[in-house]
Amino acid sequence: MNEDIIRIQVEGPGDRVHELEIPDGINLSLMEVLKASEYDIMATCGGMALCATCHIQVLEGMEKLEDRTDPELDMLDTLPDADDDSRLACQIKINPSIDGIKIRVFGNSSI
Amino acid sequence: MSKEIIKTDIAIIGAGPVGLFAVFEAGLLKMRCHLIDALPQVGGQLSEIYPRKPIYDIPGYPSIDAQDLVDELMKQIAPFHPTFTLGERVEFLEKQEDGSYYVIGNEGTIIHAPVVVIAGGLGSFEPRRPEIPGILDYEGRGGIHYFVKNPENYRDKKIVIAGGGDSALDWTIFLSDITERLTLVHRSDSFRGAPDSAEKVFRLAEQGKIDLILQSNLSSVHGVDGQLKQVGVADKSKTETLLDLDYLIPLFGLSPKLGPIGEWGLNIEKSAVAVNTFDYSTNVERIYAIGDINTYPGKLKLILCGFHEAALMCQSAFKYVYPDQKLSFKYTTVNGIHEF
Repeated sequence: MNEDIIRIQVEGPGDRVHELEIPDGINLSLMEVLKASEYDIMATCGGMALCATCHIQVLEGMEKLEDRTDPELDMLDTLPDADDDSRLACQIKINPSIDGIKIRVFGNSSI
Repeated sequence: MSKEIIKTDIAIIGAGPVGLFAVFEAGLLKMRCHLIDALPQVGGQLSEIYPRKPIYDIPGYPSIDAQDLVDELMKQIAPFHPTFTLGERVEFLEKQEDGSYYVIGNEGTIIHAPVVVIAGGLGSFEPRRPEIPGILDYEGRGGIHYFVKNPENYRDKKIVIAGGGDSALDWTIFLSDITERLTLVHRSDSFRGAPDSAEKVFRLAEQGKIDLILQSNLSSVHGVDGQLKQVGVADKSKTETLLDLDYLIPLFGLSPKLGPIGEWGLNIEKSAVAVNTFDYSTNVERIYAIGDINTYPGKLKLILCGFHEAALMCQSAFKYVYPDQKLSFKYTTVNGIHEF
């Protein structure tokens, strides 16, 4: 097992589960990694926790993530489909402590 | 609904920073502009999403707040007297016999221009819709409203508002006076909106003037003949309660959607309009796309790049507005700004 690689399981779209392998030290947010991996994430505001288009559900490993900040909670609170396991991917920094989390991407192709 | 047709040289769809700056570049070439935007104010994302956030990559401004940039752009284009239709979304482009276009809004506005510029950012801002099966069947006349346009519609009616932000709180307070019964549904047990408003809502609930259903989400909609009659509200254990109502008002903020732009025969790649970088023209003659709405190899979604695209677009659009004139390029420092 390479310690310099951070692994994140991503569920969706549909039943697809894909494992992302991200090198440590790339200084990106999870939103940026998902976007670069061609997930359907608009990230309209570019990472300011202001648009909620990078809304994800954390299926496993919520405890590995840093707590949600006020701006993130404010934004999540406006969403019709947010819940206690919701996060904005732009507010999650890629670092070794998040290795092994499993998330679901909502995507923007909603009705 | 018939309205007077607005005649202009360039119809600009989208009044964000790039659409606004296009007015300046067009003005230098004596082309008039009319802008139309789905939002009720100019500025696009800057005013709607992050008005008080600083931007650091506008040349000449080490830092400028987004709303300040919009205000400065409005000053810069004032000499060219642009006209605006705000709060109206463009639905159709209709080609005329002479090659010009009718730009038609969803409230009946028609703009007639020889050139159309799409500066639509990421599309039009539309209300976030709860993902509930069948919800589309009841929108509008069916009883689901995403905006409160005329509060009088709700007098003596049974209303359910869903959401926990400022607008959900404000409308709950306002409408609680005139409705027969008002229920506010919110997924959490606290509100992150203005503390004053949250306090008022809790007080109204204590006084029995509204029903407050917390830790719950909308879960289903039920109606008869296209008319909404009941909504289901599910708590955290997924137990559903049905509420009778006349109108449902989901207030979950706005989110950008490409919308009708995708249906105008333009080449679309990844929710953006493909353009030629020579002049930011689309595959359809006389229609240009500038700013975040367009895409081309190497595209960067920067306001800076949108400004550049606006300048080149205007040089190209000139031939449609003044087919008999030759365009000669002039510097503003030499030529000045000539108001019209």
